[in-house]
Amino acid sequence: MFYRENGQFKSNYASDQQMLPILQDRAFMLGLLTFAFAVVPFVVSDYVFLSLLIPFLILTLAAIGLNLLVGYCGQISIGHAAFMAVGAYSAYNLVLRIPQLNFLVVLVLAGLIAAAVGMLFGIPSLRIKGLYLAVATLAAQFFMDWLFARVKWFTNYAHSGSVQTAPIDLFGWIVDTPVEKYLFLLGLLIVFTLIAKNLVRSHIGREWMAMRDMDVAAEVIGIRPVYAKLTAFAVSSFYCGVAGALWGFVHLGAWEPLAFGLTVSLNLLFMIIIGGMGSLLGSYFGAAFIVVLPILLNQVPGLLGVPISTAMASHLEFMIFGALIVFFLIVEPHGLARLWAIGKEKLRLWPFPH
Amino acid sequence: MNDRAHRIGDVILAVDRVSLAFGGVKALSDVSFDVREHEVRAIIGPNGAGKSSMLNVINGVYHPQQGTIRYLGREYHDMDPHEVAESGIARTFQSLALFKGMSVLDNIMSGRNLKMRSNILLQALRIGPALREEIEHREVVERIIDFLEIQAYRKTPVGRLPYGLQKRVDLARALAMEPRVLLLDEPMSGMNMEEKQDMCRFILDVNDQFGTTVVLIEHDMSVVMDISDRVVVLDYGKKIGDGSPDEVRANQAVVDAYLGVSH
Amino acid sequence: MMKNVIKKNGPVLTLGVVLLAGLVAPFADRSTTAGFYVEVLLGGLMAGVLYSLVALGFALIFKASGVFNFAQGAMVLFAALAVARLAEQMPLWAAIPLAMVIMVALAWLIERLVLRPLVNQEAVALLMATLGVSYFLDGFGQTVWGSDIYSIELGIPKEPVMILESLFQGGILVNKEDFVAAIVAAALMVALALFFQKTVTGRALRAVADDHQAAQSIGIPLNRIWVIVWSVAGFVALVAGVIWGSKLGVQFSISQVALKALPVVILGGFTSVTGAIVGGLIIGVGEKMAEVFLGPVLVKAFDLAGGGIENWFAYMLALLFLLVRPEGLFGEKHIDRV
Repeated sequence: MFYRENGQFKSNYASDQQMLPILQDRAFMLGLLTFAFAVVPFVVSDYVFLSLLIPFLILTLAAIGLNLLVGYCGQISIGHAAFMAVGAYSAYNLVLRIPQLNFLVVLVLAGLIAAAVGMLFGIPSLRIKGLYLAVATLAAQFFMDWLFARVKWFTNYAHSGSVQTAPIDLFGWIVDTPVEKYLFLLGLLIVFTLIAKNLVRSHIGREWMAMRDMDVAAEVIGIRPVYAKLTAFAVSSFYCGVAGALWGFVHLGAWEPLAFGLTVSLNLLFMIIIGGMGSLLGSYFGAAFIVVLPILLNQVPGLLGVPISTAMASHLEFMIFGALIVFFLIVEPHGLARLWAIGKEKLRLWPFPH
Repeated sequence: MNDRAHRIGDVILAVDRVSLAFGGVKALSDVSFDVREHEVRAIIGPNGAGKSSMLNVINGVYHPQQGTIRYLGREYHDMDPHEVAESGIARTFQSLALFKGMSVLDNIMSGRNLKMRSNILLQALRIGPALREEIEHREVVERIIDFLEIQAYRKTPVGRLPYGLQKRVDLARALAMEPRVLLLDEPMSGMNMEEKQDMCRFILDVNDQFGTTVVLIEHDMSVVMDISDRVVVLDYGKKIGDGSPDEVRANQAVVDAYLGVSH
Repeated sequence: MMKNVIKKNGPVLTLGVVLLAGLVAPFADRSTTAGFYVEVLLGGLMAGVLYSLVALGFALIFKASGVFNFAQGAMVLFAALAVARLAEQMPLWAAIPLAMVIMVALAWLIERLVLRPLVNQEAVALLMATLGVSYFLDGFGQTVWGSDIYSIELGIPKEPVMILESLFQGGILVNKEDFVAAIVAAALMVALALFFQKTVTGRALRAVADDHQAAQSIGIPLNRIWVIVWSVAGFVALVAGVIWGSKLGVQFSISQVALKALPVVILGGFTSVTGAIVGGLIIGVGEKMAEVFLGPVLVKAFDLAGGGIENWFAYMLALLFLLVRPEGLFGEKHIDRV
């Protein structure tokens, strides 16, 4: 009853094109941000920060990255963890070798390196489509896995092949406690979400979606496939590169070879299928789902009095993910984000049926 | 009609002895014709005559094995579609080729992409030129939306529109490119009489108001004859007639092809 | 004439030359003996047979339903687990047919629950659906059958034998089991070829592969055909699983190693049964050769922490192929009509 846009008229194109055209949406967003910045840090336990919120924020960033490529530009990738690895190892080596660099600069550089590698593996997309591209991105996955496990320079000749990082130093602010990590990541994620939103509603975003929806027609209206696809690969890999660096430095702190293996890639893909392809909001939903489900599976049966083994929980997780992917592809290809949109639509009309 | 004849200028686009084959199947053999600036030029022929192939050759989707296209004094036979688009040729599609995941507005805005210049960083931050550009081009697109009378559907995903309206959006997207030459691939197929009349009116208005040269394909002769200045007739990939609507109507080979007289 | 042939097949000829060079290159190192070389070659061929088998199931499904079946590896794992665990309760001759019945049931369920609702969807959506199937099967298989390492005893002696001692100094070490595996695989391929060429069902399958709608319009029931194809693919997975399991043990990693079938089908051409077989052998030999002969060179040159290039060699080879000849060695070229 209160969620209406009645009486909110747009008198110029700028206000018609703003991100949240409906007043109530803006109020809701403001409330949510206030809650996330001002309430959550005081009420949430360290456990929730470390095992839920921090992974959620970083994975959301990675999922947005993959969504830009798969959901918006229609180019499939089942090897995007490779670009997270590139970001993580780039950041590690930048910090190691040029210690005076500010970490924000390191993040951007790590992202750019990942973008360059992403473009390289995106080149096959110019000749091949859909299914074939899946194999090209798998090549990226396995090659990068190998590269970082075997070439000693990347891990600074560590014997075990694993690397350690020091806490982040941002202009003298040591991002060390779970709350600090959370606030830092939340700030970054908001900035990167805004940038992604800007991109998808600008002409570059329309070019991506045009390539996705009808590539021949896109070319006929003058879109260069090379430019559209490679920029999508670059931006997408940039996001994943940054996410990878954060995953390594903020979440893991130290990581082994294969920390960015095929499973991570597939999980990213599942996040955007379940959350919603071609939706930034969906990336949030998907990441939340993937982070929460395993924890629920480990805890809930125990609380219900039927404890299951860890192995069993992990098998169940596989089955639930698998079944849900098929379910969403069949029933709601636009994922949780679409369900959310339908809910909002209903709310607009409520309490009237039409 | 005299007034129209007055406006028609020199040859802007010439197809010169073009042949195209898929494997062993000949889609076009040795077809030549020209298009004059500001005219409405129709290509007609029964199904499978090679009409769509002809358009695909002109805008670079197919590359002919033989022959060339001359456009604005420049010859080509293997330009890519986006290069053709950059040189000012736009088209619509027979089977709808809209971007079905995008709104009507975004579909038409995508036709402006060649004219949008701000770099990716400016777009990411949506500042200065990038923001101004979005609004400037939105204004142009809104004029096209008004012109084609689709104001009510701006924000609707194209997939949800009825067929006739989708065809209009297709035309709107092509018009957004402000082309010098507009290729229309069966703009009236699958429409009822009223929709056909609307479409004819739009085509003639585009031609009159913007001076756009129109090349259109139809297999339905009656509509075409009323709105075209000159007509090319294709049958089995060969040109069998070329001239004013009246000349074509009087051409025995054309009549045979349409009545299905055996060859 | 000759020029034309070269022009048309240039990329393939180049690749052929490169592959040939790869085959000859090891002899640049004087210490490579002919016997050792042949041993590596045979080892590669054996691995290749397994890749071919997985790829075969893959190509069959792609040909008949246009589905890029990411779950083929999971099917191999599932079948192998089923045989291994059933064989603990009953003799092998009963366990294998029973496992086959399970695979058919699985094929039917996949057709019912996944393919039918997704018919006419884009290929990429179907690919993602099979990813889901693959995850589900991995989890389900391990829930039902357990997640330890199991073995399948085929009763074939595993000890290696020396052959061709007269020809090569020191002879060549081969595994009897590998020989049996190769023969079984070859027999399976012949049987499949006969099935496709000679039986009514086989011909119907080929018709479906050529044109879904046309096949439907002459009264070929598409749904039943798909169940059959997925069953045949399940059967191929079963054979691959049994051979693989008896050679290396049944464990979760089968599911991922089977991903090697993807580069194989790219190399061979998606729709080609011959391509799957030849591609599998090329990849098997190629990666073994690369590992044994190229690996040490790379390790020395770049100071690597071990070789392991066989983990990516197949994919990179496929990537190169995609760039020069996307339709593969035996695939058909497609023309996009607008």
